[in-house]
Amino acid sequence: MSTFAAPTAFDETALVAAAKAGDSGAFSELIRHYDRRVFRMAKQITQNDDDAEDVLQETFLKAYTHLEDFQGNSKFYTWVVRIAVNEALMKLRKRRSDRTVPLDDPIDTGEDEVVREIAVWDQNPEDTYSREELGTILDEAVQSLKPAYRTVFILRDIEELSIEETAETLNLSISAVKSRLLRARLQLREKLTRLFKNKGDDAFAYL
Amino acid sequence: MLTCKQFLQELDEYLEKSLDAAEYAELQKHVNECPNCFVVCDTTEKTVKVFKGMDCKPVPEDIRGRLMDAMEKKMREKCGPKDPPSVP
Repeated sequence: MSTFAAPTAFDETALVAAAKAGDSGAFSELIRHYDRRVFRMAKQITQNDDDAEDVLQETFLKAYTHLEDFQGNSKFYTWVVRIAVNEALMKLRKRRSDRTVPLDDPIDTGEDEVVREIAVWDQNPEDTYSREELGTILDEAVQSLKPAYRTVFILRDIEELSIEETAETLNLSISAVKSRLLRARLQLREKLTRLFKNKGDDAFAYL
Repeated sequence: MLTCKQFLQELDEYLEKSLDAAEYAELQKHVNECPNCFVVCDTTEKTVKVFKGMDCKPVPEDIRGRLMDAMEKKMREKCGPKDPPSVP
């Protein structure tokens, strides 16, 4: 059974208005449009399928219950993402509550911005790998980040929240978001360059 | 003269063009003169781009089925009192 939303018929504002007026079908349409992104984000943060499913359900149940609180100051999806990321972080904290290092407090070793791989990419990854293979590579790269960097990267670069929205969602300062984002991007660049580099272009020393 | 390390610290601002013209010009000058920073800048930009274009797989049918079951239950609870005739 196809579960794709009709590509031309989706009107978020109208669906939210209808859902607020009591049209549960409109809310179901919003779920169908966004569930895959919420589920992906939940998996990326919790790194666990069962937790991701719980997050998916809790997110849409809460969004439905509190729909009247959504004032339209942001996009509906941004509001949903905020609920989802909080649910996912709660799961993560619960699961790792016996750990002594807080998840949102990265230890600054001063080495996170080190650049080792200086090489141009000799290929366009989208042309070289199937969508499935590339998806696996990117998933694994994101999952290798420290949780504090990973969450910022997911919100800013995958879910495309603004720096300000990311800061507000994670209760971080703007400068903390910027610093974590830079480190996340550089670490991912490092990992992807190892895979995508032109193998003959590896001779530079740097920093 | 900007060092590579200083450039790197401003890399995101440079990529997002969120600097004033003078600062941007200084970074641009560095990236044009430094082959290593040029490569790092280019590959960081490509890294961000490849994630933005990342495929998003559908939710597995069983998981979506359980989600919609939970939602229907919640929707019935919310709409429930409206369905039967009101009893004083």
